[in-house]
Amino acid sequence: MREKSPYDLRASARGIYGFFEMMTAPPKILAKFRLNGDEIECAFHPNKTLLEVLREDLGLTGTKHGCEMGHCGACTVLVAGEPVLSCLTLALECEGSEIETVEGLARGGNLHPLQHAFTTCGAAQCGYCTPGFLLSAAALLQVNDQPSNAEIKEALAGNLCRCTGYTKIIEAVALAAERMHESSDA
Amino acid sequence: MLRLPAFTYEPARSIAQAVGLLAQYGPDALVVSGGTDLYANMKQRLFTPKVLVGLRSISEMRFIAYDDATGLDIGALTTLRTIAEDPVVNARYHSLARAASLISTPQLRNMGTIGGNVCLDTRCNFYNQQEDWRQALGYCLKKDGDVCRVAVSSTKCLAVNSSDLVPVLQSFDATLHLAGPTGERAVKIVEFYRDDGRYARVNGPTEVVTRITIPPPQAQTRSAYRKLRLRGSFDFPLLGVAAVVRLDDDGVCRDARLILNAVAAQPVEVTEAVRYLVGTRLEADALAAAAECAYKCGKPLDNTSASVLYRKRMLRVFARRTLEDLRHGI
Repeated sequence: MREKSPYDLRASARGIYGFFEMMTAPPKILAKFRLNGDEIECAFHPNKTLLEVLREDLGLTGTKHGCEMGHCGACTVLVAGEPVLSCLTLALECEGSEIETVEGLARGGNLHPLQHAFTTCGAAQCGYCTPGFLLSAAALLQVNDQPSNAEIKEALAGNLCRCTGYTKIIEAVALAAERMHESSDA
Repeated sequence: MLRLPAFTYEPARSIAQAVGLLAQYGPDALVVSGGTDLYANMKQRLFTPKVLVGLRSISEMRFIAYDDATGLDIGALTTLRTIAEDPVVNARYHSLARAASLISTPQLRNMGTIGGNVCLDTRCNFYNQQEDWRQALGYCLKKDGDVCRVAVSSTKCLAVNSSDLVPVLQSFDATLHLAGPTGERAVKIVEFYRDDGRYARVNGPTEVVTRITIPPPQAQTRSAYRKLRLRGSFDFPLLGVAAVVRLDDDGVCRDARLILNAVAAQPVEVTEAVRYLVGTRLEADALAAAAECAYKCGKPLDNTSASVLYRKRMLRVFARRTLEDLRHGI
């Protein structure tokens, strides 16, 4: 019997839209995938995006919904290690995949070096875009632990920050890369 | 929240199964690979299919193969990122890799496929809008209405082809291979698009693009692609210019193609420009004359972002810059 986890939480108050959706939606399907290292089994409607399943069926609200049309990058998650937009990914197409959200970055109560660097540099203003930036940056640092400024900008090109705090975000990713590279050398 | 309309999802495991499912459900079904264009359009209720036939599990459609004799063969499910990073594509079809790298964002390039990109729905300011927005306007010719909002007297839809790969593939004379209920057929990309945004592609609803082939490049071929967009990081093209030239040993141009996109429902080839380029060493005045042809040939309308006047003026500028890229040896 595992402990109660955030995955057990369910969005309950969806009001009249939730009721309407329940009455008209096709029957739910059951799918399994690995989410932040845990085996998850979840039932959801086949027309739900990964973003909706993460936030509403699994209670993981770290992944943000921004434009929901693929323009802003706020909903970025990693599927099989690659950054994708969860607002334009069907949850059922992820069956059997390894999914990583911002909740999975910290390990054992310790923040990911990127999260540390973001706090050090003050790389979050309103913070709404931050989870997406963290995951895009995490995917970059997994394959390139000494990225140039241009490489960082290219990797983050799909994430918008409407507070326009890009300079500090780029500095934070560079700082995290430096720290991770130093610790891997040591 | 913007939600997808209700549908059932049928994953196909093979091309034959996908074609069978499409034939079985007929007009109720749509095919989806990366979903980056379709799901966004479905959220705006531009498409409300009852059944989606998912192609992503078909491994036989995910490959890049090159042979000196037959050229490049790309499976339709190959992601845009794979194409942008492929060493063979970069070396032999430079502008194809370049165009793939300029499409939208890293996340969407991980998701989007070349097959989806060549089948991209045509786009227009009056079409790519929410349902209530379009309803308030009284809809348009492309979807639910009977008047084109770009030009009310137009009998055809004036939405534009916004693919970055299509003009490049046309400059390389690519062939699309389709699988349908009556078997397979090959269509030259130049014959694949029509000059009507409503019926912009010749493939029927039951036909799937399975792979794309490009003939081997001749020696000394140079290619370039440039894209005009509002944001440097991420946007559909306001104008795309693809150019290919073949030089001889003395650096004299022997063959050239110049193709514009995002100005009409199909790519526009500037055939006049060839006359000014062949026989020259791509000197500045030859490029200026060819760019002038592009300026006359492209006729942008008020259907995408930025003003018509700006897009028209940029035709000349971007055609010249793209040709200059070729002179500098890309």
